[in-house]
Amino acid sequence: MSDTQDTLQVRVWRGGEDGEFQAFAVPRREHQTVLDVVTYIQRELDPTLAYRFACRVGMCGSCGMTVNGRPRWTCRTHVDTATGGSAVLELEPLRSLPVIRDLAADMTPFFEKWQAAQGRATGTRTRADDTHRIDPASPRRQAADAAIECINCGVCYAACDVVASDPDYLGPAALNRAWTLMNDDREGDRKGVLAAAMAGGGCHSCHSHGSCTEHCPVELNPSAGVAGLKRLSLLAMVGGKV
Amino acid sequence: MPVPAALFLAQRASALVLAPLVLIHLGLAIYAIHGGLSAAEILARTQGSLGWSLFYGLFVVAAAVHAPIGLRNVLREWLGWKGVGVNLALAAFGVLLLVLGIRAVSAVTGI
Repeated sequence: MSDTQDTLQVRVWRGGEDGEFQAFAVPRREHQTVLDVVTYIQRELDPTLAYRFACRVGMCGSCGMTVNGRPRWTCRTHVDTATGGSAVLELEPLRSLPVIRDLAADMTPFFEKWQAAQGRATGTRTRADDTHRIDPASPRRQAADAAIECINCGVCYAACDVVASDPDYLGPAALNRAWTLMNDDREGDRKGVLAAAMAGGGCHSCHSHGSCTEHCPVELNPSAGVAGLKRLSLLAMVGGKV
Repeated sequence: MPVPAALFLAQRASALVLAPLVLIHLGLAIYAIHGGLSAAEILARTQGSLGWSLFYGLFVVAAAVHAPIGLRNVLREWLGWKGVGVNLALAAFGVLLLVLGIRAVSAVTGI
């Protein structure tokens, strides 16, 4: 296939950590997403290509990849946006995660750190109790609501410079989850969540570069959440609560 | 208090102390040079001064707390040097700053 405006030159990472790029030529379509391109390659050109996706509508968070050097959700990224109008698309797995094969990164460290940050709700009531009343207009609930829609795609994690240089750092997504729990009146173990966020590799490792916020596909602000945890941590220390 | 969080607090608190002291120190240095003060004239003003002794004494303590924590972060993140070794080395560096600083303050103020 020749290099015309109707054809997209795609360089796709193949193999594991020490793999290499393989070139494909893919027909250009209007409103084509990056995931459309990957799916075309697997269905029409090379069925052995490994990649991950599920919902195709930006809800499941499974199709994150490095696209022309930037971490992105591929199902909601148009080829035009990713290439800036050029005819070359370069696809790699998400950075800072082990590579399983081709475009599939191993998300295990991401979810292990989520657990290490105690990113899970601890309930205080049983089904026999009344529903917990929450005022949607309260400042804490609004802070939680602003951060709650994370789809666990790992894009912020792959974009983070501190994650790249410090393997112990929990990362923006896990700490953002901790921040939502700290603002959730239903959370039964805020002390434990804050202790996890203050431990080594926690919120104090963040350099506030803001790459997480810059790259988050659902436009959350994990950087502000981590700053909020730092604030809570300083208040707890100055107040003698930890 | 968890150690990483305590170090974070100590570095911010020492920065809070250092910020005005550094500005005053720089202003003072420029003033002294522009005024054409000789070393002897400067020493005449500082010798026996409790005020300058406290000012620079506080400066030295804050710097001895602040600098090793920042350097520790740089070494941990850029060289991957972690564990007891880096902590001991930076504690020694902090003590060195403190000793050299107090020695200098003592020489200038004579206290």
